[in-house]
Amino acid sequence: MSSHLLHTSFIPTAPPSLRRRPGCAAPLPRTPLLVQSKIREIFMPALSSTMTEGKIVSWIKSEGDKLSKGESVVVVESDKADMDVESFYDGYLAAIVVDEGLSAAVGSTIALLAETEEEIALAIAQSKKTSSSAPAPAPPAPTSDAPKVFDEMPSPAPAVKASVGTNALGSAEHPASEGGKRVVASPYAKKLAKDFGVDLKGVFGSGPNGRVVAKDVEAVLAAAKLSGGGAKVQASEPPKPSGVELGSVVPFTTMQGAVSRNMVESLAVPTFRVGYTFTTDALDALYKKIKSKGVTMTALLAKATALALVKHPVVNSSCRDGKSFTYNTHINVAVAVAIDGGLITPVLQDADKVDIYTLSRKWKELVDKARAKQLQPNEYTTGTFTLSNLGMFGVDRFDAILPPGTGAIMAVGASQPTVVGTKDGRIGMKTQMQVNVTADHRVIYGADLAAFLQTLSKIIEDPKDLTL
Amino acid sequence: MQASVSSLYTPYPPHTILRSNSNIRFCGLRREALGFQSISQFRNGESRRIGIVSTKPRSGKLTVFSASAADNGSRGATSFDYDLVIIGAGVGGHGAALHAVEKGLKTAIIEGDVMGGTCVNRGCVPSKALLAVSGRMRELQDEHHMKALGLQVAAAGYDRQAVADHANNLASKIRGNLTNSLKAIGVDILTGFGTIVGPQKVKYGKVGFTENVVTAKDIIIATGSVPFVPKGIEIDGKTVITSDHALKLEFVPDWIAIVGSGYIGLEFSDVYTALGSEVTFIEAMDQLMPGFDPEIGKLAQRVLINPRKIDYYTGVFATKITPATDGKPVTIELIDAKTKEPKDTLEVDAALIATGRAPFTKGLGLNNINVETQRGFVPCDDRMRVIDADGNLVPHVYCIGDANGKLMLAHTASAQGISVVEQLTGKDYVLNHLSIPAACFTHPEISMVGLTEPQAREKAEKEGFEISIAKTSFKANTKALAENEGEGLAKLIYRPDTGEILGVHILGMHAADLIHEASNAIALGTRVQDIKFAVHAHPTLSEVLDELYKSAKVNLHVSKSVSEPVSV
Repeated sequence: MSSHLLHTSFIPTAPPSLRRRPGCAAPLPRTPLLVQSKIREIFMPALSSTMTEGKIVSWIKSEGDKLSKGESVVVVESDKADMDVESFYDGYLAAIVVDEGLSAAVGSTIALLAETEEEIALAIAQSKKTSSSAPAPAPPAPTSDAPKVFDEMPSPAPAVKASVGTNALGSAEHPASEGGKRVVASPYAKKLAKDFGVDLKGVFGSGPNGRVVAKDVEAVLAAAKLSGGGAKVQASEPPKPSGVELGSVVPFTTMQGAVSRNMVESLAVPTFRVGYTFTTDALDALYKKIKSKGVTMTALLAKATALALVKHPVVNSSCRDGKSFTYNTHINVAVAVAIDGGLITPVLQDADKVDIYTLSRKWKELVDKARAKQLQPNEYTTGTFTLSNLGMFGVDRFDAILPPGTGAIMAVGASQPTVVGTKDGRIGMKTQMQVNVTADHRVIYGADLAAFLQTLSKIIEDPKDLTL
Repeated sequence: MQASVSSLYTPYPPHTILRSNSNIRFCGLRREALGFQSISQFRNGESRRIGIVSTKPRSGKLTVFSASAADNGSRGATSFDYDLVIIGAGVGGHGAALHAVEKGLKTAIIEGDVMGGTCVNRGCVPSKALLAVSGRMRELQDEHHMKALGLQVAAAGYDRQAVADHANNLASKIRGNLTNSLKAIGVDILTGFGTIVGPQKVKYGKVGFTENVVTAKDIIIATGSVPFVPKGIEIDGKTVITSDHALKLEFVPDWIAIVGSGYIGLEFSDVYTALGSEVTFIEAMDQLMPGFDPEIGKLAQRVLINPRKIDYYTGVFATKITPATDGKPVTIELIDAKTKEPKDTLEVDAALIATGRAPFTKGLGLNNINVETQRGFVPCDDRMRVIDADGNLVPHVYCIGDANGKLMLAHTASAQGISVVEQLTGKDYVLNHLSIPAACFTHPEISMVGLTEPQAREKAEKEGFEISIAKTSFKANTKALAENEGEGLAKLIYRPDTGEILGVHILGMHAADLIHEASNAIALGTRVQDIKFAVHAHPTLSEVLDELYKSAKVNLHVSKSVSEPVSV
């Protein structure tokens, strides 16, 4: 084996194609039907005498980029090395025929080069013709293979775009972010964002001084995968009733991994819990009255919570760096929703300010979007206080784990008729609901929660303010 | 050296050799004595040996050398305290001192700080300790790599203080070794800052203490360098640091900006990313790693930068860097290197200034001998002879190492020191700087010797010859594949008409150790067509070079079997 290796000559300075030096620029087998005046093909070069096919490691240039002679266009991995392949003409990279990660035979077309910008369209048309009319030596069906590569990624670009306007929460925390104009993100966070097409402007920064760090981007990706990328997964997987093979070990999906990390990370936060029982007769009555106008119980609870939070800003705060309170300017109530075995927390933004009818419509819209996996990151990452309701399953009380980056979460149990004794010594039936708030004791103390719950209790027992 | 002397000359019992300066005088004299005796035996060596003897007035003392030894080196013929005084006990001064003693010179070395200089205390040595840690961390953290080898490793972690201690212990150990090696052969170590007070006269002493003046026949300046810190950058030693502080590894920031992407910056990026930091490079040139061969630089970027948690700004200057205070991060103001327009402001947890090194030549008393430094460097010719303000050579004063700025590498200083001693003892020896290898100890390593491809092309055009390039990949090397370290490239730049090796560049596993075959070939003038017949053990990484030589195409009309040394 070694002797074979030793005797191969490996002189990639003179691979037959794509060289800038005039002396050795040509002798590559060209398929005559492809040659057209001003549109040139870029061929898979032979980087060594033993190379039969090469893998595209990465395209240095993108479609539409201007190329000048001698510039590196693509990185090709041969049986021996990764080499930059340079263009030996000026022009525009019109069409990439073989995508990154795929292989092509030596001498086959991997991209088209147009001499002028106008000819790009022509080249693209030609590339389509090429892939349909040149079956044998052509790259292994790039069009059908390409999606495979992307399947594993959570269809990033369109799903993860967030508008600047809604990011006030995340980056405005940063002292030097100039009110959200600037994004401060760590190198790895930037790299991840670039690789997966995440717009950092919409990402909530949990690092020092509100800096966006890698796990923030990962969280967005995990959520995006759940909401956006999930559809594909569902389509490709045969429906299984309970889905598990007993005795098997199934690795976490990216999303489950992210959940796992978040859960473990929550252990670093010193949390405590305070429970409270609300009497909901008045709330139920109100609900019955305005249900026909499209108001939902979730919206009512979120609204009540938001109104209580207005009076207790500390419960809406969080501890980012272990040294300070971060008082959030907005009251964004996140509500946990189980979807397809996953979990997502659509956010009712400014729940204190938006009226109950708009809030209800907004909630319906968020739920629809969540089902359709179309939630935008700012619609599920910007919560400042979380509600988790398991009442619909008959759960009467439970406790929740605090999501990292927030100060408190409220676990809501079922609202049910209860026999209670009253102060005047009578026994009566009241509809009651137990809640249990988990909070970060670094910023939120027992008395804070108690006062907050008392306020909330008053709002729920006298809910007229909710419809204002 | 002692071993060689004692084996050459047995009549004296070995224990006399290590005791004091006097014995060192023995060594030198015996060398000469041997030279004399051998004239009759080896006629071919005649001219050289006579050369040595004739330049040394004390050859006449042969008959009375025991008396001379009793004088502890004080010379009857001359009135100097020492034959050679070296200012600065770094690697350069150390190399020069060892060779001087071997050549029979009475030698003293002056050190104002710690023995060992930058390399041993604040440079190559402790950084290698940190890089050894980072290399292992990298390996253990690379799950994919481990799995491919069939290994299972639980999450690797590290203890920062223990890592820092390792670096510190290594530095003290090497410092001890270096000091002992000087003491053992009887070099006088004079403590204090050395200043040239006049021709052949040096004073030394600690600040506030009495100063001593010694006279020396020859003086070597080997005062080295300190980290260069551009204007506007405030070093606080904690969050804005130089390599001096970074090597102490007092903390591992989450995010560190490294200003400068040369050897120092690149090595530290390797250390910091392995220990979990994220790194931002700030480079004034348009390209990262501007000093490397472009092709190696590109590959280095693909292997050492892109897959790691590193981002970078190129073509920018950091005009202002403010250390972190009161919970505020380190701020770095960037301007465009060309337009000088403000470009960006970075906020990071720490900043490492790795913008190169500045010569440490202040207080040397150069004005006393009419020498003006150029940007701090001591001007000197290719024989390390110092040039004065009028362009004339200053007799008896030499400058080696970082202080002359020719090639700021520890081993260059040492080699220059040896070349000076060779001249002092009668052999006109000019160091070929193109044969000096350089290495960057990242994972994988980068090494090089001679010219880069653009330099070689420029030279070829100017002098009218052709160059050829040969390349081999670590992917084709059995040992590299066995180690699962196939990433890497070796590149040979040579003249196809003569087979002369102009440059070799390697990026890959153990590249720093592999380069010496090429640097030796350049130093000795070995041609490609000759070295390709040298046998390399199989399977070893050295076969990467073997294949490189074999793939080179030399079009010689007549092949010379014995080659002449070039450019000595």
